[in-house]
Amino acid sequence: EATLDSNEEDDNSDSEESQYSGLSEDESSGEDDSEDEILEWESDDDEEEEEEEEEEDGVMQDIEVNGLESKSNEIDSSDEEDIRNTIGNVPLEWYKEFDHIGYDLMGKKIGKPAKSDELDKFLDRMDNPDYWRTVEDRKTGQKVVLSDKDAEAIKRFRNGQYTDPSYDPYAPWVEFFTNEVMEHPVKATPPHKRSFIPSLTEKKKVSQYVHAMKMGWMKPMKPLPSEEEEQDPRPSYYQLWTSDSDFTRRFKHHIPAPKLKLPGHAESYNPPAEYLLTEEEELAWKDQEPEDRRRNFIPQKFSSLRLVPAFKRFVNERFERCLDLYLCPRQRKMRMNVNPEDLIPKLPKPRELQPFPTVQSLVYRGHSAVVRCLTASLDGQWMASGSDDGTVKVWEVSTARCMKTFTLGHAVKRIAWNPNSSVCLLAVAVEKQVLLLNPGLGDRLIISHTDSLLQSALNSRQDPDESETGKKIPADWHECSAEEKANGLRIKISHAKNVTHVSWHSKGDYFVSLMPEGQSQSVFIHQLSRIRSQIPFSKSKGLVQSVLFHPTRPFLFVATQRYIRVYNLLKQELSKKLTSSCKWISSMAIHPGGDNLIIGSYDCRLSWFDLDLSTKPYQTLRHQKKAIRNVCFHRSYPLFASCSDDASVVVCHGRVYNDLLQNPLIVPVKVLRGHEETKGQLGVTDCHFHPTQPWIFSAGADHTVRLFT
Amino acid sequence: MGQRKRKYTSGAATAYISRKRAIKRLQLSLKDFRRLCILKGIYPHAPNNAKKVGKGSTAPKTYYLLKDIQFLLHEPIVNKFRQYKIFLRKLSKANHKRDPNAARRLKIHKPHYKLDHIVKERYPSFLDAVRDLDDGLSMCFLFATMPKNSVLKSKIINLCRALTVEFQHYCIANKCLRKVFISIKGIYYQADIQGETVTWIVPHRLGQQPLTDVDFKIMTTFVEFYTTLLGFINFKLYTDLGLHYPPKLEIEGQNDDDYCLPQDKNDEKLAAFTQTLQAVMNEQDADMIPDEFPADQTNDPDMIERAKVEQEEMKAFQSLFKGLKFFINREVPRESMAFIIRSFGGQVSWDKTLHLGATYEASDETITHHIVDRPSLENQYLSRYYVQPQWVFDCINMKKLLPVEQYFIGATLPPHLSPFVNEDEGEYVPPEKRMFLDGKTSLEEEDGELGDEESDDEDEDEIEESDDEDEEVEEDDDDDEEEEEEEGAKGFSEADLEKKYEKLRGKKEKKVSEDEEEEEEEEADSAVTPKDKRRKKMRVSSGAMEDSSRSARRLQQQEAEEKKLSVMMIPKKKKRLYDRIMTSKKKKNQETKKLQEKREKIDEDKRKMKRKQGKGK
Repeated sequence: EATLDSNEEDDNSDSEESQYSGLSEDESSGEDDSEDEILEWESDDDEEEEEEEEEEDGVMQDIEVNGLESKSNEIDSSDEEDIRNTIGNVPLEWYKEFDHIGYDLMGKKIGKPAKSDELDKFLDRMDNPDYWRTVEDRKTGQKVVLSDKDAEAIKRFRNGQYTDPSYDPYAPWVEFFTNEVMEHPVKATPPHKRSFIPSLTEKKKVSQYVHAMKMGWMKPMKPLPSEEEEQDPRPSYYQLWTSDSDFTRRFKHHIPAPKLKLPGHAESYNPPAEYLLTEEEELAWKDQEPEDRRRNFIPQKFSSLRLVPAFKRFVNERFERCLDLYLCPRQRKMRMNVNPEDLIPKLPKPRELQPFPTVQSLVYRGHSAVVRCLTASLDGQWMASGSDDGTVKVWEVSTARCMKTFTLGHAVKRIAWNPNSSVCLLAVAVEKQVLLLNPGLGDRLIISHTDSLLQSALNSRQDPDESETGKKIPADWHECSAEEKANGLRIKISHAKNVTHVSWHSKGDYFVSLMPEGQSQSVFIHQLSRIRSQIPFSKSKGLVQSVLFHPTRPFLFVATQRYIRVYNLLKQELSKKLTSSCKWISSMAIHPGGDNLIIGSYDCRLSWFDLDLSTKPYQTLRHQKKAIRNVCFHRSYPLFASCSDDASVVVCHGRVYNDLLQNPLIVPVKVLRGHEETKGQLGVTDCHFHPTQPWIFSAGADHTVRLFT
Repeated sequence: MGQRKRKYTSGAATAYISRKRAIKRLQLSLKDFRRLCILKGIYPHAPNNAKKVGKGSTAPKTYYLLKDIQFLLHEPIVNKFRQYKIFLRKLSKANHKRDPNAARRLKIHKPHYKLDHIVKERYPSFLDAVRDLDDGLSMCFLFATMPKNSVLKSKIINLCRALTVEFQHYCIANKCLRKVFISIKGIYYQADIQGETVTWIVPHRLGQQPLTDVDFKIMTTFVEFYTTLLGFINFKLYTDLGLHYPPKLEIEGQNDDDYCLPQDKNDEKLAAFTQTLQAVMNEQDADMIPDEFPADQTNDPDMIERAKVEQEEMKAFQSLFKGLKFFINREVPRESMAFIIRSFGGQVSWDKTLHLGATYEASDETITHHIVDRPSLENQYLSRYYVQPQWVFDCINMKKLLPVEQYFIGATLPPHLSPFVNEDEGEYVPPEKRMFLDGKTSLEEEDGELGDEESDDEDEDEIEESDDEDEEVEEDDDDDEEEEEEEGAKGFSEADLEKKYEKLRGKKEKKVSEDEEEEEEEEADSAVTPKDKRRKKMRVSSGAMEDSSRSARRLQQQEAEEKKLSVMMIPKKKKRLYDRIMTSKKKKNQETKKLQEKREKIDEDKRKMKRKQGKGK
């Protein structure tokens, strides 16, 4: 009651509702209390009831005891019954070990009631008629006999009924507040002044809105979408392409994305059996990186359409396509749609360019080691070859018969037949010497003429004039001993280092020898008629690979690793320097006309230089797969050849025109294979054309010399 | 003296812009930029000279054309993107403040953008759009089958479904489907739409697996554009054909027992493909005969005649299944089947409990073909053929009604070949295809021939026999009209094939002659061993053509050598190209050879098995 009063005093201005709510709260709280109690009771009551049902006989006794106790309690019990024990809301277990169970208002202990034993209980049950409605108050430990009303309430509660039997849940509703306007106000406070004055802030806001509407900033709210539209807001379509021509394309460099490749037979759900992968192929497919795979699926065969499952990577593939469409840089690529036949240059057919050697006709056997070099006599009757076994063999060309063998003791590096037809002489480069050798074959007159020529030259030779010039010529000319002479040797020219190359001038009087390790003194020019040598260069320009005389004019070609220098011997100056495109020149040959030069290189290239045209190669051919060992020109036919380590000799037609405007015509005409490829790196070491016939000799690492005709 | 011209201030260096800079210039996030690029069809370009474009650096970068990016700057959608960003910000603010009213109001005013102008801009003419339809169709068909998830809203799925159904209806109405192919990835369709070839793929429905490594946001952006594109294309196609858009069915409200929601009923009925669409005008000019334009460009009567024949052939092909009544069993993919059959003029139905739109029952006596995909079937009718679904596909690809024997229930099907492959010379042609092009019907005959020692004559006899069989089969038909039509169709297809056949035969003859030469070489090469003799006995030879095989061989050798020599003379620049061409050729040849060998081995094994079985008996 007191709280209610204070409420009312506090909010006088409160509306009727609040008052009502206050009332209701009070009521409800009251109800709550009672309910709480009931609940408390109930929990205790359960046990009792059970007991009651079990043992009906001992009801009387219990009740008697209870009755006694309740009487004693009645003295204290007043209307403040529930606050006799002042311990408050604490668990009663705390007093378990004490004699008392709390304190009364005066602070005196409330003693624990004497505990009745089982017998007492039994007697009580038997004797006490109120036993069934006697319960223990936990707080005080007293036994309380429930009144009829309480018992009735509990009974009703347990049956799920309202505890108050007089309560009618279906009583007619009494309307307290109605929608009807009442004549008198519920509260008497007069309205405030400001409720009669128009609001300034509102006015400001409205004027803002009006202005915004005027200016078109604020628009009426859109009608809300109806439910149907919300469910299926289908976009509307219309005729977009009315006329095609009115639009100018804005994409200047538009590159349309290429379409996806259409599926082949292998992608079928039921492909022909040959498209299915074997186990090895499948393994190989799985080993590959996904990017490297030619197909992005494994072909499968299903016996019927019903068994075909959804493709596992279908969405991924679509996604990849999407990525390609917007991420992949596009570039226009010119697809060369060329017929490969058109790329092959139109050249005259080799058949029209005959004669040239085509078949292997003779094999010259006899050497026991790699045949290093060979040369043919001017009339074409004889051929000489030098080999690593230290012998020079002279063969008759037409019969393949070895006419003579000269044993020189060391590997023969180079051999060259004197190009003078009235002399029969061979220059042989062996180790540190150049030997002049008369094979003693052919016309006897010529042989004797050669010997006498050499003898007279030796006789007329002045003694070495070292003292006069003060220079030391490192090449010594020796006449051979009688024994050696009988063996064919005539003159020895000894050098300081190993000699690798020797070649004659076309007149046959001069010859040049090469000593690559000799630094500045690597090239020697020897004159036969005067039995003397000279060193043309004072400086070394690199490792010299090959030296040649110009066939008609006084020029000397010196090939170092990359460059060919052309020296004018008369003027004693460098007249030209040719740049080859290759890395290491191996050999060099000059066209008999003297205007064209070919070089072979260890990096498989053969370069043709036109000396009148440029210092760069006119054409570079890569016909052979391995290092080119030697190149040569034919003396009379427009042929040249190169031999290489892949055991082949390539014969080319190389026609030089007198007309300066016309470039040389180069056509490969034949690849000659006959030599066996040996285990070592060497294949064909040397090749040489027959001086008069379109034949070619080749010396191979398989210890043979072969003739192709 | 003028001002010194600085490097990288003109030319390629200024024509391109890197992606980072492009994003900066557009003031967009990478996400929005990506979306914009997808919608506007802007893609990176690979510059020809990356070093110049990179201002000296060759680091790998993505470059866009500067013009493209400038063009994006003026795109109204960019502004919509910004508005949307702000909308999201406001919405999240409202949500955080727990202000549902504000959130509702914001949602109502959510900014939307339309892609209509972009479609028009990207495809100024209708044909441009159709040309680029392949990817769009495939994506829409894929999305129409996708399950709904957090990114994929049901709205877009339904839209895709509706649009694809509309498109298929157009194909049916215009009879523009040309090729179909069942691959392990899905079913490929190829249609001829206003002269443009459009190919799309529809995934198989069953056994879908959960997806990984896929960003649905990107795909959804693509689909957003593609649906707009497809919608406008559909509209144009429908109006050009004189049909209602959105489509209306000719007969409304036929089936009353429905298995779907009433609002979906119309869509589902459309998707059944069994009914034709309602035209805007009544069909007056249905059987219009095309006017003959005398001598457009050519006066050649042959050309005109050929064009006429081709037109007739096409017409016959388009009505390949006309007059045939199909019934689809429930295990057969109904949608694709119905679409295909209806595209070629056939009638189709299914069990009415399977799906809406069934037009007749299984017990209908007039059904000619019952499509079954199970090993056996009870209660068979005598009046119809029971075929497997592949028959329908093969018929279309071969452009004629194939004999049904090989496609009966439980039969081992002949291989299903791709109709998209046109083998070049030197490529591998599967024997089945060659067989068909030669006019034979099945490979079995040839197998038999290989086993025995038979000559060409007998083979021809066999073909004739098989033809007779076909006709007998056709005579079984109850319906006379159908028979006529079938025969008509067959006649046309044979005529159609003749040209191809002749071409191929020419090729084949060439091959044969080459083979013979080789054989003769062998003969010349070595003394004939008994083994060789046996082999020769097996082979078919058409008499001695040349006596001087030795000289011919020499000549050939010489030519080969000459070629080798001239190949040596190809200049370095061209040599690389030549080598590349030759290696690719070689690779192709190797592949062909591999396939051939595999096939031979398989055939050999088969024959052995047969022989064993024969002996066993």
